[in-house]
Amino acid sequence: MKINLLALTSILGMAGAIAGAITTQKLRKWLSSLFGIATCVSGLVAAIEVLHSNHPMIFQSNKILVLSGYSLQLDRFGALFVASGAVVGIASMIFRLGYSGHGLASRTASFVLPLFVMTLLLVPAATNVTTFLFLWEIMAIASLLLVLVDHRKRPEVSNAGQWYGVMTHLGAASILIGFVLLAIYAKSQSFASMEATAHHLPSWVRTSSFFLLLIGFGSKAGLVPLHVWLPKAHPEAPGPVSALMSAAMVNLGLYGVVRVGLGILGGGPTWWWLTVMALGALSAMFGSLHSATSTDLKRLLAYSTTDNIGLMFLGVGAAGLFQSTGHQSLALIALVAALLHMAFHALFKGSLFLSASSLQQATGSRDLDSLGGLLSKMPVTGTIFLIGSLSIAALPPLCGFVSEWLLLQSMLHGLPSSNPSLAIAMPVGVGVLALTGGLTALTFVKAVGIGILGQARSKPANDAHEVRPTMWVGAGLLSAMCFLFGVAPFLVIPSVINSSKELIGTNVANPLVGGWQVGLLGNQGAIEPGLLAFLIVVFVAIIGGLRKLIQAPSVRRAEAWGCGRETQTSRMEYTATSFGEPVVRVFEDVLSPSHNLDASQLSESRYYVEAAHFHTSLDDAFERRLYRQAAAGLRWWGSNARRLPNGSIHRYLMFGMVALVVVLVALG
Amino acid sequence: MHWTLLSRLSISTLQIVGIAVGSPLLLGLMRKIRCRIEGRVGPPIAQPLIEIRKLAKRERIRPEYSSWIFTVAPIVLVATTLILVAITPIFSTGSSWSADLFAVVFLLLIGSVSVALSALDTGTAFGGMGASRAMTVGALAEPALLVALLALSVPAGSSNITTILVRSLYNPEWLVTPERLLALAAFLIVIVAESGRLPVDNPTTHLELTMIHEAMILEYSGIDLALVKLGESMRLVFMLALFGNLFIPWGIATRPGPIYLVIGMLSTAAKVVGLGTLIATVEVGMAKLRLFRVPELMAGAFVLSVLAVVSSLVVR
Amino acid sequence: MMFLSIERITGIFKDFRPKSISVPFPSEVTPGVQEASRRNRGSLQLRHLDAGSCNGCEMEIASMTSPIYDVERFGIKLEASPRHCDGLLVTGPVTRNMSGPLLKTYEAVPQPRVVVALGDCALDCGVFKGAYGVEGTLGDILPVDLEIPGCPPEPASIITALRGLVGR
Repeated sequence: MKINLLALTSILGMAGAIAGAITTQKLRKWLSSLFGIATCVSGLVAAIEVLHSNHPMIFQSNKILVLSGYSLQLDRFGALFVASGAVVGIASMIFRLGYSGHGLASRTASFVLPLFVMTLLLVPAATNVTTFLFLWEIMAIASLLLVLVDHRKRPEVSNAGQWYGVMTHLGAASILIGFVLLAIYAKSQSFASMEATAHHLPSWVRTSSFFLLLIGFGSKAGLVPLHVWLPKAHPEAPGPVSALMSAAMVNLGLYGVVRVGLGILGGGPTWWWLTVMALGALSAMFGSLHSATSTDLKRLLAYSTTDNIGLMFLGVGAAGLFQSTGHQSLALIALVAALLHMAFHALFKGSLFLSASSLQQATGSRDLDSLGGLLSKMPVTGTIFLIGSLSIAALPPLCGFVSEWLLLQSMLHGLPSSNPSLAIAMPVGVGVLALTGGLTALTFVKAVGIGILGQARSKPANDAHEVRPTMWVGAGLLSAMCFLFGVAPFLVIPSVINSSKELIGTNVANPLVGGWQVGLLGNQGAIEPGLLAFLIVVFVAIIGGLRKLIQAPSVRRAEAWGCGRETQTSRMEYTATSFGEPVVRVFEDVLSPSHNLDASQLSESRYYVEAAHFHTSLDDAFERRLYRQAAAGLRWWGSNARRLPNGSIHRYLMFGMVALVVVLVALG
Repeated sequence: MHWTLLSRLSISTLQIVGIAVGSPLLLGLMRKIRCRIEGRVGPPIAQPLIEIRKLAKRERIRPEYSSWIFTVAPIVLVATTLILVAITPIFSTGSSWSADLFAVVFLLLIGSVSVALSALDTGTAFGGMGASRAMTVGALAEPALLVALLALSVPAGSSNITTILVRSLYNPEWLVTPERLLALAAFLIVIVAESGRLPVDNPTTHLELTMIHEAMILEYSGIDLALVKLGESMRLVFMLALFGNLFIPWGIATRPGPIYLVIGMLSTAAKVVGLGTLIATVEVGMAKLRLFRVPELMAGAFVLSVLAVVSSLVVR
Repeated sequence: MMFLSIERITGIFKDFRPKSISVPFPSEVTPGVQEASRRNRGSLQLRHLDAGSCNGCEMEIASMTSPIYDVERFGIKLEASPRHCDGLLVTGPVTRNMSGPLLKTYEAVPQPRVVVALGDCALDCGVFKGAYGVEGTLGDILPVDLEIPGCPPEPASIITALRGLVGR
């Protein structure tokens, strides 16, 4: 009998959780990680099988969720998310074998981690609302617990946990209401029947459910302005968890929006998708600006997740826009570009978060200004971090290049159509893409240059050693794939096309060329990343050889030129703050930095300064202006409302009476 | 119109040799023009080549804390520029190996990123300062550049450089459309910024605090310095050649044959020399912009390129 | 139409004619300088270093780059980074504060390097001889390859001496 892989994935995940909960401290780390790997392998095999066949994989059981049934059906669209999540999961679980410190070895963490991995893989397979929300909530709670494992040691962790907990549950509530609205009209809670009735719904139902779900899923994806929890929670989570959250969990937000918008609702009016594009553009700009100015390595990576999610939403918005204006093949290109970027982002962001965690473990800090000089001390981890950074900066021949190029192409070819909304949206989209591209290059030059190059900026960084092999094998797996898929994108693009066709329509002609080239049919532009990689290797070898042949015989290592000053210390190096300073100055209106100068004067004369402290900070403008204001308003309302119940029974009876009258009037 | 592999390879090789030798000469010419306008004799046009020849034999020095990035960066800069030269149509469209306008931007970025990383690898304040400024200017130039390239690709319906060139040769009325002129103006501003010329950066400054590009290469000596200088001059010439061919496509060889190739070489050389002369002449009368005025220039270029796209849709 | 008179237009081109004066090649060259010129092959980059000068020599160095003297036509340039240079151009007596930086700068130049002593002070401390802040002459601290006497030497004689190092 053939084993159902979806059932197997569920069982392995739960077995891992149980094994993690009941075994000894030493065993539970290994058992839960190995079960986690097994879960991911089973999920990956299932996803690949689905992507290569035309049949969805189905698993149904009425014994687990008795009223609705536990119902999974993995189609090709979901399979792409499962595959990418599984790859990140495998890498993070291997990484975790070597990862020490952080309360990740605790019993709770070992119980929850396999469940988290399992739900990441099963959410894209859920086909009814109950199953979906059941898995979605396990995922949310598991990841919340994993973020919080270190809350006793560091107060920031519980603060981050609060933000995450509140945002994720508000998001879940929004998703629930959105789905309930659809389910009422479909008279069923399965996605298939919702899809069948979606076209006959009144437009306010369609619109309000789409936007409720966009808010819910957007908050999980970290879409601005719902992103505030992300740069707090992702950095505080232990290494493997932060990789899973930033590289896999956020994708499920994208999954939800695409599944609902293009799948269940089957597309919508132009202005929906213009909104999606606008939110994507806002996220990309805001995320890239903040990551360009961050000095905390993991916060930088977290903001860059918001940036990349923004680019994916830009692509998805473009796809929806093209579909609503009847350009099916353009919609397919845009969706393929967005999904390709999702898959590649999972690879490079995973490898970046994992290698950043290695750097953090080796030096005890994630502040860029106390790292430095690590490429020569931790050559393997440093190289992995470098490859991840170059991929995210979209440099050929690494994978980020292919997806960003394809995104540009979809916008270029969307332009000639006579629709004015396209005509405005596309150049703005290209501008946003270009600015975030430039800022991402700046960000990762900073991350690499300040973080792992130059002179060590602190004693721990100077004494750092390479981490355990399991850790760099985990991170290295992902960066090897960045290279492989960057050189040979034909390994993944057909699957992504299949996956996108599931939503755009299986009869849409494939507009992309195959083989080593990536590009559009009919001489409309193509790239050949494999050729570029080959040429780069050849030319670097030739010029390196020529240099060896011509150069003077000796190479001297000497102190760096410092205009003749006595010594060079690491304090004289450029810091991450100063590196990002021009960006802060140029975008002062958006970032609105706060400066604080405290100077104390001598008592004898106020013209002499005794000590001066300069403090500058860049907090999130949305957090300060939106969320803190909202929280303050809520608190005000709460404290005022407390005056209403004063303990008098008469008053409470009156409240009940008034409420009854209001209800009767409203219903009558 | 069919190119044999051999002819395509030999055209690429010819382009590499032509640009590698020609680009230091263009810098020499630009310096000569500048000197003449200032009333000086000026060094011979071949002076940059003489400098490169001398530097190749000088001692190489590596800063104390640098890693392999510092040694590899000049090679990567030159290699990626040569790849660009080899795969884009410069003398002849025969050398087009799926040359795409957007891919050109990303390949140029490799060179910028590697030089910036090497500057940070030295661990000096100047290196960091230069890298930070160069990356900021680059990031701000990017939107103007990509939207300008978008505007140039729209009429041809393709971002393939050969396709754009060939289609605009058959449709000469495209060449004077407002969108094209606006886009090319934006492109030229970006070229000036990216290659570190006035008014964005002063390539001849001695003051470290005002440097952008020079600050990044303060630590290089010997053949590494020669490679960086060669790489930077080739980048400039490559961008000028691309601009020249997009602006005035006539002359570029679109079919095999040595006569066409010679015409292509001469016409490209003429376009590049013309543009170089223009830049050098304008530069003499200009002062460097304050660093925080550069974003205004870049924003202006961005507006030009957005106008280009919008007008391309309005006109049609 | 007054603006477009023939003289005005030709005047612009007359202005473009170089105003530089001719500067002779040195009549005799020491063997050390000769060897350096073979190495430099027609191009010379120098790092200028003020070891304690009164700034008289600096005035003359500054005028070397003017259109009248135009030192650049011989392939001679002053550079900011010693890494890009072939040697040092030192002015003034070596003061105690500057002897350390002088040695550091010397070390920073790729080998083999030339040291040019510019002005009487660099040669024998001039009027500053015996002052308490002065450590000694340049020759006491570094091997000097080329001496340019004068207080201060005029631009033409500096250029003449330097032309020996370029070999042009």
